[in-house]
Amino acid sequence: MPHNRITQHPILEIPEKQTIEFYWQNQPLQAKQGETIASALIANGINIFGHHPKDDSPLGLFCANGQCSQCLVLVNGKPVKSCMTTVTPGISVMPADGLPDISGLPDSESSVYQEGIKEIIEIPVLIIGGGPAGLSAAIELGKLGVDVLLVDDKSQLGGKLVLQTHRFFGSTKAVYAGTRGIDIAVKLSEQIKSMATVDVWLETTAVGIFEEKTVGLWRATDNQYILIKPEVLLVATGARERSLPFKGNTLPGIYGAGAFQTLANRDLVKPATNLFIVGGGNVGLIAGYHALQAGINVVALVEALPECGGYRVHRDKLARFNVPILTSQTILEAKGKDHVQSVVIAQVDDTFKPIQGTEQEIQCDCVLIAVGLNPVDEFFHKAKEVGLTVFAAGDAAEIAEASAAMFAGKIKANEIAQVLNLDVPEVPEQWRKFETILKSKPGEVQPIKQQEIHGDVFPVTHCRQEIPCDPCSSICPQGLIQIDPENIRALPEFCTFDGKNCIGCERCVAICPGLAVTLVDFRKDAQHPTVSIPLEFSKEYIHVGDIVPVTDIDGQVLGKYPVVSMRTLRQFSSTLIVRVQVPAAIATDISGIQLVAGWDRPASEDEKYLEQTDQETIICRCEHVTADEIRALIREGVRDINQIKAETKATMGSCGGKTCLTLIKKIFREEGIPLETVTDPTQRPVFVEMPLETLAKNQQEDVE
Amino acid sequence: MNDSSQNTFDCIIIGAGSIGTPAAFYIAKSGLKVLVIDRYPSVGQASNKHAIGGIRATHSDPAKIHLGNRSLKVFSTWETEFGDDIEWQEGGYSYVAYDQENAALLKALILEQQQHNLEISWLDAPDLLKIIPKLNPQDLLGGTFSPEDGSASPLKSAFAFHKRAAEADAVFNFNETVVDFISEGSRIKGVVTDKGKYYSQWVINAAGGWAKPLSKKIGLDVPVEPDSHEAAITEPVARIFYPMIVDMRKRPGSANFYFYQHPTGKIIFCMTPDPPILGTHTIASSDFLSKASRRLIEIMPVLRHIRVRRVWRGTYPMTPDGSPIIGKVNGLDGFILAVGMCGQGFMFGPGVGQLVSHLVLNELDEADKIILDNLSFHRKFESEEMLK
Repeated sequence: MPHNRITQHPILEIPEKQTIEFYWQNQPLQAKQGETIASALIANGINIFGHHPKDDSPLGLFCANGQCSQCLVLVNGKPVKSCMTTVTPGISVMPADGLPDISGLPDSESSVYQEGIKEIIEIPVLIIGGGPAGLSAAIELGKLGVDVLLVDDKSQLGGKLVLQTHRFFGSTKAVYAGTRGIDIAVKLSEQIKSMATVDVWLETTAVGIFEEKTVGLWRATDNQYILIKPEVLLVATGARERSLPFKGNTLPGIYGAGAFQTLANRDLVKPATNLFIVGGGNVGLIAGYHALQAGINVVALVEALPECGGYRVHRDKLARFNVPILTSQTILEAKGKDHVQSVVIAQVDDTFKPIQGTEQEIQCDCVLIAVGLNPVDEFFHKAKEVGLTVFAAGDAAEIAEASAAMFAGKIKANEIAQVLNLDVPEVPEQWRKFETILKSKPGEVQPIKQQEIHGDVFPVTHCRQEIPCDPCSSICPQGLIQIDPENIRALPEFCTFDGKNCIGCERCVAICPGLAVTLVDFRKDAQHPTVSIPLEFSKEYIHVGDIVPVTDIDGQVLGKYPVVSMRTLRQFSSTLIVRVQVPAAIATDISGIQLVAGWDRPASEDEKYLEQTDQETIICRCEHVTADEIRALIREGVRDINQIKAETKATMGSCGGKTCLTLIKKIFREEGIPLETVTDPTQRPVFVEMPLETLAKNQQEDVE
Repeated sequence: MNDSSQNTFDCIIIGAGSIGTPAAFYIAKSGLKVLVIDRYPSVGQASNKHAIGGIRATHSDPAKIHLGNRSLKVFSTWETEFGDDIEWQEGGYSYVAYDQENAALLKALILEQQQHNLEISWLDAPDLLKIIPKLNPQDLLGGTFSPEDGSASPLKSAFAFHKRAAEADAVFNFNETVVDFISEGSRIKGVVTDKGKYYSQWVINAAGGWAKPLSKKIGLDVPVEPDSHEAAITEPVARIFYPMIVDMRKRPGSANFYFYQHPTGKIIFCMTPDPPILGTHTIASSDFLSKASRRLIEIMPVLRHIRVRRVWRGTYPMTPDGSPIIGKVNGLDGFILAVGMCGQGFMFGPGVGQLVSHLVLNELDEADKIILDNLSFHRKFESEEMLK
């Protein structure tokens, strides 16, 4: 059995966990205490969890978030979502091949009716989602002494922060810029704990909003269904990933970035050896970098636009490691019999149409789709519909960076306080301006400029694109790195004044989230200065005395030079500062080290013949509805998506249209139908499937 | 839109739902010029799509037995005749009895139903459990079984009826609302909508839960009061049972409970709220899921191992006696009511559609006349429906 576990990581600690045994198709396998069945299976090299009842095509992990049921397996005969169910010793796990047969399960009524009466709980504020926006709002409301219940479906607070191993951009003062996402999660969680009026329920999924302005919660910790009636609801449910229609897109091994990061960064499982990424926004770029850190080779990244849309500094992190970043290209097909084995890509023209004859096949065993995010807004809309006072913050309101989400949470908390008639001042206009800056898109990429020499020792800031970010400026003990505090999008400037000079402390090198600050030091040798370069990789891969290739900001190798020393700063323990001795002429151009860390370079040349996948492009992956079926209805004149739903069952599966709705709309657009003429389908609870038994237990005994 | 030939029809049907759509199909097929007007963007978007799909002839009233039988014939042969898959499943219906009172009632009804040539019999518990092995056996006395009843997809059926009606040149105006009627003396001559005026010889009110306010516009008081029911659907599992199971026991909050397993393996379950919830609510309520889940597990405990996927709510246009109102109205020429289906619009749709087409074409047979007599607007509304 392969052992796909991450055993060393530059940022994440590898905790010692007890090994437990369970059975997959009657064969014993090892799992780590507390991990999900899905992660345990993938760690053991098992990617196919079952086969679809409609067409027998292979199914595996997809959302890793409990939203769909692509990862369904049978545990001791009972169908469960393997991504949300932890392994317990000795369980028998079987693939869900076709529809699960439950007829052999115990059919006693058990203790279902033993529960007593449950009241609807009334509370001033309910917050759904314990990510950056929800946590900030709860902290702010907690400071005001407001009674808040915050619920989150995961077992730890932080939302997607817990998957983000990189340092954050934004404002150091307002939103922890320069701190890693995982560490921000811890900081916010600790603040929440100190709030006397904030109650937190983990592993609690909001499943619906009902006519009586109640929110239904499924609390998995004690398997209860609870109805809450808040005065104000804050929806901080974050985002869901957009999907992409292409042939073979349901093959196991094709994930969204969230699922991939859940496996690699939360569960320390390596889902791939050779990863292919679709999408050059921040999510795709960061996920690629995380893959490299986890020892996974990134064979290429494609982006349909002529330039990556994500922060330039994120792109450069990949370029520095020689990852091919293929712009104006798209994925046409994923191939493989029951697991992805290669992708076919092609160049696209100005209208994003693939150009015939430019197709190219790339070997890979995993595809990561990062083509944008949509707000998780069904709770917001349903609350509006029933007349419940509701706010949305963070990605649930508008897709932006986590830093913006944190700030938005703070603003929404103040707005909520106003609604509750608390004596709080109006939200200052300045805050709103600042929020706009945090949400702003990156600016144009400036050409590489000739760096100035500022004395014997000085930092070089390699960033050349306006983004909201200020850690370098705020960390400099001499105050020599300047960024306009009113507009933290501005590029940093290093200048010496009042006789203050750089002291070579390297804190700016360590803190920069873009790894775009180096320190040039001529003090020991004016001809052969050292350049301090930040590196977020394990020490095992680099040693003093190694001759390493150094690159400029674009990833071009400028030469190979010796590592003369290495250190980490106490405050920034997981960033290695590597000093390389280089010729003076190129010292200020150097921005990174190209490291061939523990992964293999792209699998070689010889193109194996691969059996063509026979799957047509699937649009609704729950009900396996193809693009052709939907297109045919549109051509028949159907304009109401409710009808597409009626005829094909698209959007009626486990996830309830969370994945396919945007794809269906894409087909309308492809057919030249303006979306204003298209009717959206009705959204209905429950928004996440939940056990009947848990609901039944809540049944309130009416007095007869 | 002012061209009179474009705005003149033989028949205008208000409502493209469970009744209006099959009616349009049958009337258009006979060669008449039909216009269907509906305020929603497409077919079946008001109450039809909320129906759970049960179709039966097992009723206690002869008129309804007739309509049920006719509809069953259409649903069960539709795919063979037209090639549209409407997910017809001949799973049968079973009214189960866990107490003597219901057992006695059901047994008495069977005798009547058999007189109307219904294929129905009483099975004692051991025999019933052979057909539905996972039924809770505790206190089970037995139940009826009518193997020819079944289910189909309301969504796919409406889609198919619409498609075939359009092929027969019925015109469907969606996103359009009837705001008034055009009349001349006692004769209804057409309708006014938010977009135009249309003239016709016949106007059929097939507006379901909205039939009453619509009829008010011509001064007619139609006793149709909508109330709302909720239903839910589970994740799919391999086949456990076939029939629609109806549990007539009252429980706190519900007057009965019924459920079946769809051909895709999902369990669809529903109950009649007690007391009724008046109005046309369509947003799910707080307590339905818990109550209904409990009833489901009570009657088929093995289902406690699975998950509910979605819940929805729809309108039952109720009449005082629980039977539909179909036919002409004395003193209002050219006006036909096909309303008050009491939650059975989907299962009666094709039968009502045929009946209304016979009425328009003046081709009524003896059975039609009996049905129209029983379901007349001018009846006294005194009897009571036994099998809800």
